Amino acid sequence: MKSLIKLGVKPVDSLINERNDKRWTVMDKLFLGLTPGQYLGQALRNPFNWILGLIFAVGIPLILYRFVFGLGAITHASNDYPWGLFLGFGLFVMVPLSASGFMLGTTVEIFGRHDFHPIERLALLNGLLGYFFAVIYLMVDLGQPWRLPYPMFWSFGPAAVLFLVAWHVATYLSVQIAEVSVAFFEWMDWLGGKRFIRRITIGLTVSGIILSTLHQGALGALFNYAPGKVHPLWYSASFQWIHFFVSAIPAGLYMVIVVSTIIKKTMAWRCDDGFLDSLDRCTLGLAKGASMGLITYLVIKFIGVAHDNEWAYLATGWGAWFLFEMAVGVLLPLVLFAYAIRHQIASLARWGAAFTVFGIVLNRLNTALITFNWKLYQEIPHIFEFIVAVTVFAIYITTYRFILYRLPILYSWKEQPQEALAPEAVKVAPVRTTVSPANAVYRKID
Amino acid sequence: MSGISRRKFLAASVAVGAATTLGGTKKALAAGSFSGYPDGMGVLVDLTRCIGCRSCEAACNKEQKLPDPNLPFDDMSVFDQTFHHGTQKRRTDESAYTVVNRYTPEGSDPIYRKVQCNHCAEPACLSSCSVNAYTKTKEGAVIYNGSVCVGCRNCMIACPFNVPAYSYSSAFGAVVKKCIFYHETRLKDGLPPACVEICPQEALTFGKRKDLLKIGHQRIQTHPGRYIDRIYGEKELGGTHWMYLSPIPVEEVGFDPRPGNEPIISHVKDFLGVVPMVLAIWPALFTGFHLLAKNQEGHEDHEHEIEQQHDEEGGQQ
Repeated sequence: MKSLIKLGVKPVDSLINERNDKRWTVMDKLFLGLTPGQYLGQALRNPFNWILGLIFAVGIPLILYRFVFGLGAITHASNDYPWGLFLGFGLFVMVPLSASGFMLGTTVEIFGRHDFHPIERLALLNGLLGYFFAVIYLMVDLGQPWRLPYPMFWSFGPAAVLFLVAWHVATYLSVQIAEVSVAFFEWMDWLGGKRFIRRITIGLTVSGIILSTLHQGALGALFNYAPGKVHPLWYSASFQWIHFFVSAIPAGLYMVIVVSTIIKKTMAWRCDDGFLDSLDRCTLGLAKGASMGLITYLVIKFIGVAHDNEWAYLATGWGAWFLFEMAVGVLLPLVLFAYAIRHQIASLARWGAAFTVFGIVLNRLNTALITFNWKLYQEIPHIFEFIVAVTVFAIYITTYRFILYRLPILYSWKEQPQEALAPEAVKVAPVRTTVSPANAVYRKID
Repeated sequence: MSGISRRKFLAASVAVGAATTLGGTKKALAAGSFSGYPDGMGVLVDLTRCIGCRSCEAACNKEQKLPDPNLPFDDMSVFDQTFHHGTQKRRTDESAYTVVNRYTPEGSDPIYRKVQCNHCAEPACLSSCSVNAYTKTKEGAVIYNGSVCVGCRNCMIACPFNVPAYSYSSAFGAVVKKCIFYHETRLKDGLPPACVEICPQEALTFGKRKDLLKIGHQRIQTHPGRYIDRIYGEKELGGTHWMYLSPIPVEEVGFDPRPGNEPIISHVKDFLGVVPMVLAIWPALFTGFHLLAKNQEGHEDHEHEIEQQHDEEGGQQ
């Protein structure tokens, strides 16, 4: 893509093609304004696509294999570890890393911190896709995926935590689709839909907070069903749901930093100046805000240990593993953030974010898989299970990239190319012509 | 956001709050304390009597029409089988709803223990099921309806005895599998399960749970040297309908010695109680934060509104 831009090709970012003053067609938009030949050429030149292709070539047949021959064909079919990687990683890891949507929604829409607006859409998209793919993982894992809507419409078990998770994830997915649809409406030039969503933004955001509090917590509470199976250091009789909820806050926010870092390195052509110029500021701002959540998490983790009087476990091998998780996933990033924020070093904050994300991934895997059945035995998932988990993740990345390339997430959508405007109009152009939120406002303020 | 739509939003949130609070009350009732069905049936397993003949396994296999096992039921080499680097003995699975394991404590004869669903008074599987597939019947059985099972396997996570298994080999009908105490075919008519009927040693005693407890305590009293003073399942995890008399501490026959007397549902009640509170409080709390932030001096929200006006103008063009 970079080489094409050097040649003067400009990816679609507006309603009207400035070359011929005609509206871009949907096909043009899908091909980013390139000719099909150019598009295919850039896709083939990207080595990452070859890696994805390789993963799909191996993984997609395995997924089909699973649906024809049953879950036992690609897993150890363990009755002691009923939840393997698809839920241990796919559900329990993807969901906290997707808490970004509701957190930035709250920051921008509820607390009115519009200085985080440039990154809000990315956070919302990150949330939506994370949840969507958590559901995809679930579909791969469920015995009868076509019965997924049963808890909603067919057979109710309202006293079960999973009933709550099912309802809340389903409702929250709809909320997130509505939130992200704004970008889609702009892209399709359906401004009526966009205005409608604008009007209900606060409602959507508040429902997002409610649903997120409950299902992030509920994922933790699911382990309250297995008090004797999860190792005591990862299990808290009273605080399990709070541990999961509180850790989801920094998890989601730092995930946005990690994703935006990858975008900056690999997809800068798609970002507009408003996004790129404010990225360091947003990164440090998010790092600062989220570090409050992270330090709270550290404190309540140790309150959990104290409350159940589990200090003795810290001296065991499991204790060392627990301390490693806390040191690398929580304490080290806190130190990095403190230094980064004091000296305004965004790149250091990005490292901190990466460590935190690692720490949360490890925490969820520890709770759901590694320390689960600590009194019985440890199980290493089947190689096919790994491959399928990686394949679904690769589909997630592909979808993520597909949307970022097209929808105005990283750039603001222009209803008219600026050249078409009279010179005096250009001065106020950011406010008048930019549909996408804050960039315009902030360019003006800056 | 205009005044009217905000009012509408608040009204809607009150309605949602009220609806969910009512929904929450039902949950609280469902999670209330439950003392068990007084006339529920159960089985008392006396480990001192079991000789490890595996005829109960065979009877179960036959009557439940389960697939033939790899080794015949009179092959005693299965007792030497271990799994996962020698740490685990046999367990129930989709083709065996009951198994007998051998334990050899130092300096004594081997002890055999039969494993099957213990039919808890307040079953963890039931309380974890999001589609309400499980039922605790007044006759004492914990049964399930496979036709609504989604295959999430939460019940397997929840079961403190690791009993429910899953039909991993099935692609289109994968559901949970476990002992159902022959509820439809025998228990309803007051008949004992096939495993009890066939036991040549009378190691399994079928009867009302309350009577079995009396029998158990009587045996312990009459033969103080033979048993430890504990009926496993009398109080554990809220009480079970299958209970065990053991000559040696229960951890030596593979039980968790201290599973607690609370049923599993009590560990989840705290969280279930939080749910209606969050649903009721959060809408007002966060809308309130928004209103506070909006009226704050120097807040840029008016910029937002200007921008929104431009959008609307833009849309009308």
